[in-house]
Parts: sequence; C-alpha cells; structure tokens
Amino acid sequence: MLSVENITKSFTIHHLDQTRKAIGEINLHVNKGEFLGIVGRSGSGKSTILKSIYGTYMPEEGAIMYHSKENGPVNILEINDYELIRLRKTEIGYVSQFLKVMPRTTSLELVTESLLEMGESKEHALEKAKDALRHYDIPESLWDNYPNTFSGGEKLRLNIARATVKAPRLLLLDEPTASLDNDSKLKVREAIARLKADGTTLIGIFHDLEFMDGLCDSVFDMSDKALRYVQ
Amino acid sequence: MKQKENITLSVKNVSKLYGDGCAYCAETDAVLDKNVCPECRTVHACRDVSFDLHSGEILGIVGESGSGKSTLMKMLYFDQEASRGSYHISDYDTSQSNVFGLSSQAKRQIRNEILGMVYQNPVYGLEMDFSSMSNIAEKLIAAGSRNVGEMTGTGDHFLDKVNIPLNRKFDPPINFSGGMQQRVQIAKALSNYPPVLLLDEVTTGLDLSVQADVLELIKEIQREMGISMVVVSHDLAIIRMLCDRTMVMLNGEVIEAGITDQILEDPQHAYTQQLVYSIL
Ligand SMILES: Nc1ncnc2c1ncn2[C@@H]1O[C@H](COP(=O)(O)OP(=O)(O)O)[C@@H](O)[C@H]1O
Ligand SMILES: Nc1ncnc2c1ncn2[C@@H]1O[C@H](COP(=O)(O)OP(=O)(O)O)[C@@H](O)[C@H]1O
Ligand SMILES: [Mg+2]
Ligand SMILES: [Mg+2]
Ligand SMILES: [Zn+2]
Repeated sequence: MLSVENITKSFTIHHLDQTRKAIGEINLHVNKGEFLGIVGRSGSGKSTILKSIYGTYMPEEGAIMYHSKENGPVNILEINDYELIRLRKTEIGYVSQFLKVMPRTTSLELVTESLLEMGESKEHALEKAKDALRHYDIPESLWDNYPNTFSGGEKLRLNIARATVKAPRLLLLDEPTASLDNDSKLKVREAIARLKADGTTLIGIFHDLEFMDGLCDSVFDMSDKALRYVQ
Repeated sequence: MKQKENITLSVKNVSKLYGDGCAYCAETDAVLDKNVCPECRTVHACRDVSFDLHSGEILGIVGESGSGKSTLMKMLYFDQEASRGSYHISDYDTSQSNVFGLSSQAKRQIRNEILGMVYQNPVYGLEMDFSSMSNIAEKLIAAGSRNVGEMTGTGDHFLDKVNIPLNRKFDPPINFSGGMQQRVQIAKALSNYPPVLLLDEVTTGLDLSVQADVLELIKEIQREMGISMVVVSHDLAIIRMLCDRTMVMLNGEVIEAGITDQILEDPQHAYTQQLVYSIL
C-alpha cells in the first residue's frame, strides 16, 4: 500500500543561515488494511515522516510510493499539485491535534463538506455527517455552531469525525488523542477499529501506543529506525 | 496520468514593463534594483510569470506591496496590456489562441462572459453614483441581456446573496460603508455567472468582522457555484483559509508556488520564510 524508501528531510532556515536534518534515511512500509505505529522521543522526526507522506514536506532524497486506487503506484514526491490535491480529497486523510478552521462554517457543514469533496450526494453526505457527529458525542445543539466556539475536546472530536467519516484508504494520525480524556480516547479507538475492519490502512503516532494494543500490526521505532511486527 | 486536466486559465512567461527596457535588462537573469533596471530605469512590474488555474480551484497570490500582484490581475482582465507572454482560456473557443493577441472586441466579450473582477478599491469596479441595481444591470447589458424583468431578478438574487437589504437596492454605493460597497462589487462581478473570478485585495482596509463576512461570502460562492478564483492578498491568514494552491511574488517574479500547506509549513525561499515566520 505504502512504502517510504530512504527519505531524508532537512530544513534550511535562511535568516539563521542554518540547516537542520529532521530525518535521515527512513525506510518503512505498511500493507493494505494494517495499522503501523510510529514511536520515538519528541523531536525525533515522527511528524516529519507523516507530513512527508501527506505531501506537506518535500524530502530532498528518497521516494514515497503509494498505491493509488485510481492511478496505481505513484511517488508522492513526484506527482503534480493537482494529483496530490485529488489524493487528499479522495484517498489520503490526515488528522492532528489542530483543527483547520474555515470562516463561518458550522460543524455539520465542515463534516458534510469533507464527504462532498469525495463526490458523495448531498443527502447521503448529510446523513453520514450526522451519524459521525453523534458517534463522537457532538451534541445536536452544536451542529449549527461555528467550531471556534467549541471546547478543546469538542474541537478534537470534530476534527477526528471529519477525517474518519470519509473512510479514507490511508489515514495518517498525528497524536490526535493527545489531550483527550479517556472516554473520548475510547471513542477514537472504536472508530479506528471500525475503519480498520473496513480495510483502511493506518499510520499513527500515539503518545500512549499501548492504548492501541490489539489494533496495531507493526511499530516503527525512531531510535533504531527498525520496523517490527507485533504479535 | 489518466485524469484529464481541466485547465481554465493558463498563463505563460508573462511580463509587464513600464518603460522601453534596454539590452541589459532584456537578459532573463539580469540583476535589477528590486524591480527597476539600474541601466534604463524601466520598471519590471511582472517578470516571466507562469501559472495555471484549474476549474473550481482557488489560487492565492501573496507578496508585499509593489511585487506586481495587481499588475498581473489587470493583465488577466485586459485592463493592462502585457509586454510579453501568452494567456490561454480553455472556456473560450476551442482554439489554442493567445487571448492577449485578440481584438479589443473579443477581449470585451471575454470580460463579459468569462471573467469577473473585484478591485481593492470599489471605485474601479462600480459607478459610485448609480444605484446598486443599475450597476448590475449595466454589467448584464454588456453581457447581452435585454430583458428587464430577468435583469432585476438577477440583481435581487445577487444583492440578497451578498446581504444587501433589498430596500436599499436603488441606493448608490457612494452612500454605503466600505464593506457594503465591496459586497455590491462582488454581486456585480458575479451577476453574469463568470466561471472565473479575480479578487484583488478585496478585504484590505475593511474592519476585521466585515473582512470575515466578505471571506465567508467568497467561500460560499465557491462552494455553491464552483467558480475558479484568483485571490490576491498580502495577508497569509486569508490565503490559508481560502486557497488550494499559492504563489509567492517578489519584485515581479514568482519565487515559490505550491499547495498552500507546503508554502506555509515548509517555505523554501528566504522571503517566504520571513512572511510565514512573521505570522507564527
Ligand atoms: N516546518 C519545520 N521547519 C523547521 N524545522 C522543522 C519543521 N518541522 C520539523 N522541524 C524540525 O525537525 C525535527 C523533527 O521534528 P518533528 O518531526 O516534529 O518531531 P516529532 O514529531 O517526533 O516530535 C525537530 O528538530 C524540528 O524542530
Ligand atoms: N502605471 C505605472 N507606471 C509605472 N510603474 C507602475 C505603474 N503601475 C504600477 N507600477 C509599478 O509596478 C510595480 C508593481 O505594482 P503593483 O502591481 O501595483 O504591485 P502590488 O499590487 O503587488 O502592490 C510597482 O513597482 C509599481 O510602482
Ligand atoms: Mg510530532
Ligand atoms: Mg495591488
Ligand atoms: Zn534596462
């Protein structure tokens, strides 16, 4: 499904006349329908790997081969902007702790729009969006409100609802549960289990990966750059 | 790639010179004093600008004052003549003609049928002492409309869409606040359902809450009407909210272009880094 081949990413900060290497020679892969966890200390480059897969960062070396449903194998580092935008709308999702806000878009519109982007019909999208909001305990009274008025936990759950509702083929999770309470975390675990059962491939960074015990198929450890299968 | 790319606008190697140029600045890699030729003092307002705008997308153009953003928009709308380069519009004809070379009549037709323009200063887009309704009617007449009932219907529809109270539709924009004037200008630009809308710093100078109204309106229009847009702004927060892809201009040149989160999170050029870090 996805293989990261020997990628290296450095950041050059011009005004400091400084170049830092965030990750070097990373190799990993994940098979269709599996869940790969990435572990490592803070600053070790976990997010850099996910953002490179999503195409936000452009590693200067290596390749990221993704098996696209529409076009077969593509190198994320070489496809054009439009192809990447299309993949993000229809196949690859990304969730972090931060909610991307849109001006004056209600929570229901936000989740619905993410389905419309995939070409779902309006009625169908609306129904699915409502189901997702219910699953994540976003009270109906908030559906027509703007997310910038939500509590931190509500924002996060909305963020996860928006990314998971489209059941992307590949979902990248960058510590989405970092500041959630236990009940909310269980909700997220449940949603991940459901996505996995439906065949979604997942790559996740979790502070407390043991929370994903039983779901995680393999773990990539930043400290020795080794990929291990878990039993 | 299998997917057929549905290009709406395609701009290639477009330049705009104020002045005659000289042998020195005719070289593509000539070093200028910002955008001015040190030899002949010609202003190179745009230098070798190329980009595509696909159907339904919002392209952002960001850059400091004087970087050539408005000049580029004016060339796209035929307010200014390009010194060099080509401009293709796939909705226009099926031919591959460079529309810069067309007759002024053909250009007028493109302005009336394909492009909408919203200027930073409403004075350029509106007749300030005609009523808002007549401003829209004027645009519709230019686009070939002759049916008065249809025109007032369209006027009502778009004034309502931009939240101008219909009991004020016969007021001239000169009596309106800046935010309302900008909304009338947007209604006028939309009234002939152009597939491409050009927006030049349309929220600059407005109060923050009015800015939010105008931004939401733009987002809604794009969502509902599927119009492609070029959004010019010096404000990265606006670019972040609205744009799928972004180009960064400096001294008339495009120094960096890409998907908006690439530009914002992994800026390559020193100038883009300075812009991005200043808002973090
Ligand atoms: N956009 C960026 N610009 C500059 N440096 C960055 C950027 N993103 C990450 N880095 C640097 O790369 C290193 C790895 O960061 P990151 O991937 O966020 O680590 P982790 O997610 O494991 O905490 C850090 O030193 C960080 O400062
Ligand atoms: N009519 C003109 N004559 C000479 N120079 C001009 C004229 N119009 C614009 N310029 C110059 O062209 C450059 C680009 O201007 P402009 O496109 O308005 O930039 P921006 O919109 O990015 O602020 C500036 O240096 C400006 O002074
Ligand atoms: Mg991180
Ligand atoms: Mg300008
Ligand atoms: Zn010169």
